[in-house]
Amino acid sequence: MTADTLLEVSGLGKRFGGFVALESIGLNVAEKERVGLIGPNGSGKSTLVNCMCGTLRNEMGSVRFAGQVLDGLSAHERTRLGLARSFQLPRPFNTLSLADNLRVPLLYSGRHGSQPIDARCMELLRVVGLADKSDRLPRDLTQIEMRKLELARAMAADPRLLIADEAMAGLSHAEVDDILSLLIQLNEQGVTVILIEHIMRAVMHFSRRLVVLVAGRKIADGDPTEVVRDPDVVRAYLGE
Amino acid sequence: MNGAKFVLLLLLTGAAGFGAAWLIGNAYLFFAGYVVLQYIALATAWNILGGYTGYVNFGTAAFFALGAYTTVVLHKLTTLPVPMMMLVGGLVSGIVGLGTGYLTLRLRGAFFSIATLALAVVVQTLITNWNFVGGSRGAYIVRPPTVPLLGIDYIQYLFLVMLVLVVIVLATARTIERSRLGYGFATIRDDEIAAEASGVPTLRLKLLATTISGAFMGMAGAPLPYYVTYLDPASGFSLAYAVNGVAMPLVGGTSSWLGPVIGAILLGTLQQVATVTISSALNLLIVGLMLVAFVIVAPNGILGLLQGMRERLRWHLAGRSRV
Repeated sequence: MTADTLLEVSGLGKRFGGFVALESIGLNVAEKERVGLIGPNGSGKSTLVNCMCGTLRNEMGSVRFAGQVLDGLSAHERTRLGLARSFQLPRPFNTLSLADNLRVPLLYSGRHGSQPIDARCMELLRVVGLADKSDRLPRDLTQIEMRKLELARAMAADPRLLIADEAMAGLSHAEVDDILSLLIQLNEQGVTVILIEHIMRAVMHFSRRLVVLVAGRKIADGDPTEVVRDPDVVRAYLGE
Repeated sequence: MNGAKFVLLLLLTGAAGFGAAWLIGNAYLFFAGYVVLQYIALATAWNILGGYTGYVNFGTAAFFALGAYTTVVLHKLTTLPVPMMMLVGGLVSGIVGLGTGYLTLRLRGAFFSIATLALAVVVQTLITNWNFVGGSRGAYIVRPPTVPLLGIDYIQYLFLVMLVLVVIVLATARTIERSRLGYGFATIRDDEIAAEASGVPTLRLKLLATTISGAFMGMAGAPLPYYVTYLDPASGFSLAYAVNGVAMPLVGGTSSWLGPVIGAILLGTLQQVATVTISSALNLLIVGLMLVAFVIVAPNGILGLLQGMRERLRWHLAGRSRV
């Protein structure tokens, strides 16, 4: 672990009954890094995110964030430390307006600055292009707007590390570019980002480092252009 | 409207209701009014857990009866005034609410509801076998005809006491709704996993909701022995409390403090009218029919219906203004 390591996952393991979902995963992420996390469906990407964020409890190994051991902490305590995530399938608060969806993390994460909450909500909605719909309910949103809301809500917790779990799934080329520029902008503001994605164009454009999971094991970790040429990675995606 | 103005408005409304009943001079209005007020308190208390956080509690009767039986115990042991007994009853039911919350931490949806139903059965069994409070044969409470200091009839006094409780319960529910706590409750109702990811301590908030809701139910039940003068487990744990506690907020609308008030006034009044004109045996039938009708016609209750109409009107007007 180096001085600028923000997240340190070591020997992390998770089982569902007899099924090994994650096996001895090790992963270090430095402050302000842009990491891509890829792997075929069912490889354990979302399970890893869930274990890191406290949605699931890992049976083995440990997670450290900003020098603090997270094992045993609940998801909301991890969010308060600055570890936020967006969900693969958007999970908006359906009975709250868009502004109120963002108000919740601002009220509860304890991480927003001196800016008034209303103003911060509107600022975040402006960043993701939803300011004109601030008083609407999530049911009125399109697919991309829903994903933007999901990202904005994660951003509202003022994270040090943001994990974007398939934030671009099902989006058009232009919409993917929209989300990408949003994540890059966020990273330039100092937020470390882990991007989990299947759209390789986006992953390659975004990532400064690429990690590959296959069947619950990490098979590659390094420079994206080298990792995608790795024979094990090619085999995992294309077969023998 | 700020909190103080809201409380003042509630007090003025209550005073107007009391004054009107006083002027009409019919004592039955106070008897009937007490029941409607009791249901407003009970339905609002249920809604704090069931409506705001989405945890449907079928054990209303247990919390309500615990308040009532706390009064029976205090009546036998002390000479405390009714408001003090209500506080103690609220404390007992609040503690049981907290315990229920702890025991059902991992239960959601129908499983939580079934657990609360089981709680009602367990508490009723314990009370039925507790000789000190009369066991299955019940307990008699002899209430004085008038209240010495106020010089008013005891039923009028109970009406006033319940009125004050309703003001407290409604003010609390409205404050919760517009506070940080209210947003936290709403996220629990909508999506607990997303709520945790947003920093909401869902476990702590659930415990708070079960405690507040249970305490208010107990307070609503505490004056009951003085109202009925004879309390047995069958009436204290009556199905009517559990059914009305759920039906009134659902009929009125669970999204706001006003919903349970509308539901309680509507269903409570209908039941009182049916009791004096036809038979009290019809009460649960009325509630059942209303519930079925609302589930079909207005699943979000009267408030949801009104909100839908308002939205449609807004769209209509917006469309016309574009033309």
